Amino acid sequence: MTAALRFDPIRLPEKCEQLRKEVRAFLAEEIAAGTFDPHQPNREDTDAPEFSRRVGAKGWLGMTWPKKYGGQERSFLERYVVTEEMRVANAPTRRFFVADRQSGPVLLKYAPEHVKMDILPRICRGEICFAIGMSEPNSGSDLFAAKTRATKTDGGYLINGTKIWTSSAHIADYMIAIFRTSPPTKENRRHGLTQFLVKMKQPGIQVNPIGQITGQYEFNEVVFTDYFVPDDHVLGEVDGAWKQATSELAYERSGPERFLETYYVLTELVRAVGKNPDTRSAEGIGRLVAQVHTMRRMSVSVAGMLQAGKEPVVEASIVKDIGTIWEQALPHRVRELAAFVEETATNRETLEKQLSFAIKTAPKLTIQGGTTEVLRGIIARGLGLR
Amino acid sequence: MAESENIVVETAEKIFGDLADAQTINHDKKGAWKSPLWQALTEAGLPLAWVPEDCGGSGASLADGFAVLNAAGRHAIAVPLAETMLAGWLLAQAKISSPEGEMTVIPATPKDRITLNADGTLSGRARSVPFAKAAKHFAVLAGNSIALVEAAKCRIEAGIGLGGDNSDIVALDKVAPVTTKPAPKGFDQTQLLLMGGVVRSLQIAGALEAMLEISVRYSNERVAFEKKISKFQAVQHNLAKLAGESAAALAAATSAADTIANSKGFDDAYFLEAASAKIRCSEAAEKGGAIAHQVHGAIGFTIEHILHRFSLRALAWRDDFGSESYWAVELGKLVADRGADELWPLVASR
Repeated sequence: MTAALRFDPIRLPEKCEQLRKEVRAFLAEEIAAGTFDPHQPNREDTDAPEFSRRVGAKGWLGMTWPKKYGGQERSFLERYVVTEEMRVANAPTRRFFVADRQSGPVLLKYAPEHVKMDILPRICRGEICFAIGMSEPNSGSDLFAAKTRATKTDGGYLINGTKIWTSSAHIADYMIAIFRTSPPTKENRRHGLTQFLVKMKQPGIQVNPIGQITGQYEFNEVVFTDYFVPDDHVLGEVDGAWKQATSELAYERSGPERFLETYYVLTELVRAVGKNPDTRSAEGIGRLVAQVHTMRRMSVSVAGMLQAGKEPVVEASIVKDIGTIWEQALPHRVRELAAFVEETATNRETLEKQLSFAIKTAPKLTIQGGTTEVLRGIIARGLGLR
Repeated sequence: MAESENIVVETAEKIFGDLADAQTINHDKKGAWKSPLWQALTEAGLPLAWVPEDCGGSGASLADGFAVLNAAGRHAIAVPLAETMLAGWLLAQAKISSPEGEMTVIPATPKDRITLNADGTLSGRARSVPFAKAAKHFAVLAGNSIALVEAAKCRIEAGIGLGGDNSDIVALDKVAPVTTKPAPKGFDQTQLLLMGGVVRSLQIAGALEAMLEISVRYSNERVAFEKKISKFQAVQHNLAKLAGESAAALAAATSAADTIANSKGFDDAYFLEAASAKIRCSEAAEKGGAIAHQVHGAIGFTIEHILHRFSLRALAWRDDFGSESYWAVELGKLVADRGADELWPLVASR
């Protein structure tokens, strides 16, 4: 008997709608002030430190965390609203997004108290940026093949090796990375990796930029040479990172960023088509809207189940699997419909520019944060096939 | 909604389990299973679940009824339970009492119209009416009126739909109804079809859940190339995709059902939910059903195997009460009319 999948019809509570109004008003002010252009997802400078601080000042970073660390103790559904409104507006969230979604929760769970007291409030204020050090030149989806070594020394560890495809490493203040502290055992090839908090911008760390096909500069190679990490920056169990890696994934995998990455082309298509679409355009738009609506209902449902203390690991993987495939296909479907847009549409140029960027972005969406193949393996395990 | 959440759904699940086992039905060429199943459903008050007690029904909530129909989809129930429930619901909109026995609703497609003549009779032709041949009465929406009509007074051209169930043409030629009453203000064919569409969406979602379960089970039994086919990554990934389609259908259908069950009135968000459910579930029926068959190989293509009971019904249900392409056009028009900047507020309204 297969364990039944659950997608409870979760509705956002009333207080979320008040919050949504506040977020929209804030973003409208930022747009009016010229902080960012919502029609240009491809702007060169997506690092916006001042914007990040203003979001922090609103209390929208680390908003589910305990107050003593600077959090607001609000619900995951409230965080959901902030995240989706930022995403749909194409706000420059790069500086704080990883810290808020992923790094902060890892620190909350595994960092010593004095480290938490030091770092978490700064995340909440929007002051610091995090990177994630997982992939290596010969270890991508196969996380447990990581070779970068952490060798025990007095009071800490010396790090030697290379991480790669590390988003935001060039602007990050910290990285949460996994390093090899012991060789794998015969019984468990996942054994021997440890999670560390790494302070960036120090001697012993070299960040080398890697160009991307979109023309953006987002990811890097990070080379460690005898870089010292103190003992109190070990996160969790030495050699036991594999036990920690899976539990946070549901948060990472099912958020609005997993299906809204290219959403802007749909909005722009609707604008270009105008009030009286022909049958082909109407059908195309209708199908796309039905998809985005369904994806959002699934994603909200997972957020609601997380809030209720459940662990919808398979459901979250499904959201990322079909969500990223949808956001990857979206610009191609919009392109097909855009071929019939009237020459007179005033936003034609904007739409074409957006499409060009979205189509170039699309290939990464089913790779970053867990490939389609890895996700389907997880789903298959959940179905009892492995 | 896999776990039974209350007595109504538990009762339905028990009846389906006892009297509508797919394997048993598939081998019963004479249809001897039909009347005990219908009788048990009737005794449990399920066909008239959506009819208030003062109109002759059992007065269950919309939510409970939807959950029953999702379960009916999981069992590919081939008696007019959904149709009778819908008919009872339609009649109750005009406070018309429901008679006993099988019913169905007319019209069942967006193009067909039934007219109320000046002399009180009804005229028109309705195609693709599910289970019309089995029904004793029809609940008819004719303009702003709702009517109860005896099936015997109509001309029925029987047909068999894609799923093997009756899908018939009903011709009304100045038929005098049993009762006619005005529909509630604002109630129109769109709302009837959307309600029918959500019912079909729940049934499709249920059928996909069943197809996923049957396919996973089969892949864990069938051996090829000296191992269970479930151990092949290509098969695992196909089943993961089927799980995704099943999940999307379930989420879309239950969300739409929840919207209708808690509705304070018909609005754009209601339309978005109901139309999207029909669109997404219909797409899932195609993609998911194809994978279920692929996993089964030739055995799933045989009449002896139960898979077709689910896969073909799910495909057939796409066409009832407006197909996915019909609702996509309507939804696209609505979105275009609201304008680009009102799309996200609509999607994020709930």
